[in-house]
Amino acid sequence: MSSAMRNASSRSIRLARWRNTARTVWRDYRRQRSGVVGLVGLAVIALVAIGYPLLAEPSALSVTNATGGRLAPPGDGYPLGTDEFGRSVLLLVAQGTRVSLIIGVASASIAMVIGTLIGILAGHFEGKASWVLMRITEWFLVLPGLVVAIILVVVLGRSMTVLIIAIGVTSWAGTARVIRAQTRTVEGRPYLERAKALGAGHWHQMVRHVLPNVMPLVLASTVITVAAAILTESGLAFLGLYDPQNLSWGMLLNRAWSTGAMSAGAWWYILPPGFMIMIVVLCFNLCGRALEVAINPRLRR
Amino acid sequence: MANEAATYLPAGSPEDSTGDAGPERRRSTAGFGRYVLNRASGAVVSLVAVLFTGFFIFRILPRDPVEQIMLNTPNATPELEAALRSEFGLDRPLLVQFWEYLTNTLSGDLGVSIQYQVPVTQIIADRLWPTVLLSGTALVLCVTVGFSQGAIAAWRNGSKFDKRTVNIALLLYAAPAFWVGMIAIIVFARELRLFPTGRMVSATTPNEFWPRLLDTAHHMVLPTLTMSAMLYAGYLLIMRASMLDEMGNDYITTARAKGLRDAVVRRKHAMRNALLPTTTLVFMAIGNVINGAVFTETVFTWPGLGYTFFQAISVPDLPVLQGLFIVFSASTILANLTADILYWFIDPRSRKA
Repeated sequence: MSSAMRNASSRSIRLARWRNTARTVWRDYRRQRSGVVGLVGLAVIALVAIGYPLLAEPSALSVTNATGGRLAPPGDGYPLGTDEFGRSVLLLVAQGTRVSLIIGVASASIAMVIGTLIGILAGHFEGKASWVLMRITEWFLVLPGLVVAIILVVVLGRSMTVLIIAIGVTSWAGTARVIRAQTRTVEGRPYLERAKALGAGHWHQMVRHVLPNVMPLVLASTVITVAAAILTESGLAFLGLYDPQNLSWGMLLNRAWSTGAMSAGAWWYILPPGFMIMIVVLCFNLCGRALEVAINPRLRR
Repeated sequence: MANEAATYLPAGSPEDSTGDAGPERRRSTAGFGRYVLNRASGAVVSLVAVLFTGFFIFRILPRDPVEQIMLNTPNATPELEAALRSEFGLDRPLLVQFWEYLTNTLSGDLGVSIQYQVPVTQIIADRLWPTVLLSGTALVLCVTVGFSQGAIAAWRNGSKFDKRTVNIALLLYAAPAFWVGMIAIIVFARELRLFPTGRMVSATTPNEFWPRLLDTAHHMVLPTLTMSAMLYAGYLLIMRASMLDEMGNDYITTARAKGLRDAVVRRKHAMRNALLPTTTLVFMAIGNVINGAVFTETVFTWPGLGYTFFQAISVPDLPVLQGLFIVFSASTILANLTADILYWFIDPRSRKA
């Protein structure tokens, strides 16, 4: 901190402050066992998603190359049995990791951008503009998000991009509300008064003063939105709204369900994908909760 | 979708008002009438917005809904295409279409289903009761169990019971409802043969009151538990948080200092106050109940609105989807209005402008 003060350029001060905050948050985060468990879990899952190509060659999942029996129980060569085409369930689940994570992170990013933008605008401006923005946010909060997402995918076609957009535009309202509340408290602080007195424009105030202050909250909110987005994706896929090119866990459950794995009692086809969804969502939720506590000491109990 | 419950906060709840702290916080003496009028007009605006959205999503977004249906229909003929086109009114100008849609919807005409050739309102009326029965039962179950367990968990904050309850809740919160339902079917219906795998009544049940009632109850067990598993965690965690809030207050210390029994302080003091903000959440989280209904009814082929919605997806039966969109959205808006009005009565602190 002291060396940064000597160099006194505004950028280095900002960087030093940012580093300081990050260090404090990380210290508070590490103290929470559940948060660390979640982080380790996510690291392992991310490794599977990235390292999947090392596990198997691309042709291993082609329907024509499948060597296993139809819905065969776990046995030699197939640690988790086979699907309706005789492909290894283990490999299918490992491959699904990537798609589920991509859809979750991408749609949560869309939600984060919309939510932060609307939240800051609604918190910064007063009067009619803020009122209108909050009514829109409340309306999106009230609308049954899943129903709207389903209809969007039905109407716009079943591709990964459409899935991501549909989940993104139906899940930003919660973030916007949290960010607005936080913006309002930041707005009341003296340094913003000072910036205003010095003639800072709205853009400068929002980007340089409000945004850095709400950023930690945005992060925590995004982590939890990713969890929700992965659950929503699995739900949409289960209802048949998936991109056939990109295999996700929800899509596996849809295939299992619609090709008679239930009546065949093929639990090895049904348990692993759902279990993975549960673990990933749980890990993201644990991380998000821990992050919230680390950021907002008032929550600590 | 699962964390929606956590984001549904009643207007005027502590989280919502944090932003309004400061010089401009003032107490208004606005009366109940003005409050209701205010909320009701908001709900009317939302309902109008739903009508607009219903039109926008189904007429403007898709380049051609008829083309989509033709692609999915085997042996499609040009005559069918023309018939569909005039049935949807797509051969008329957009403004005329909008006006017709508006007047029809407001007079209770939601169009005719493509797959059943029956008015959509008829389908909705037929399938409303099973959904209300299933969702209502699940809701009552999770509110009673979730609230009481959440209160006890918070009361014994940090205990083994608290940790175990929260861990189970977080697991259930993360599990997809349809997957829980699939496992329930495999274990309890296929392997143990304790319950039926789906539908509301068996075909063999005689059409008399008592046998049908018992059979329906038998069919309801697994779907109700599946749906409850999804909703329970949200209610439990909200109640626990609300209870922890109350426990920091002085009146709890006072009550304890008076020498009241622990259980009395919990039930009569802390829980009563913690219930205030959570009761309205039951209404606000109605969107979660709809999500739960869609998945649970689909897995268990329960003949309700959620299953109807699923059946309309793959066709796609656009009139049914549009009708259900309006019904689902309107019910969440009305439930929120109810929550707002309830809030006025149960928590006087919310009576600011």
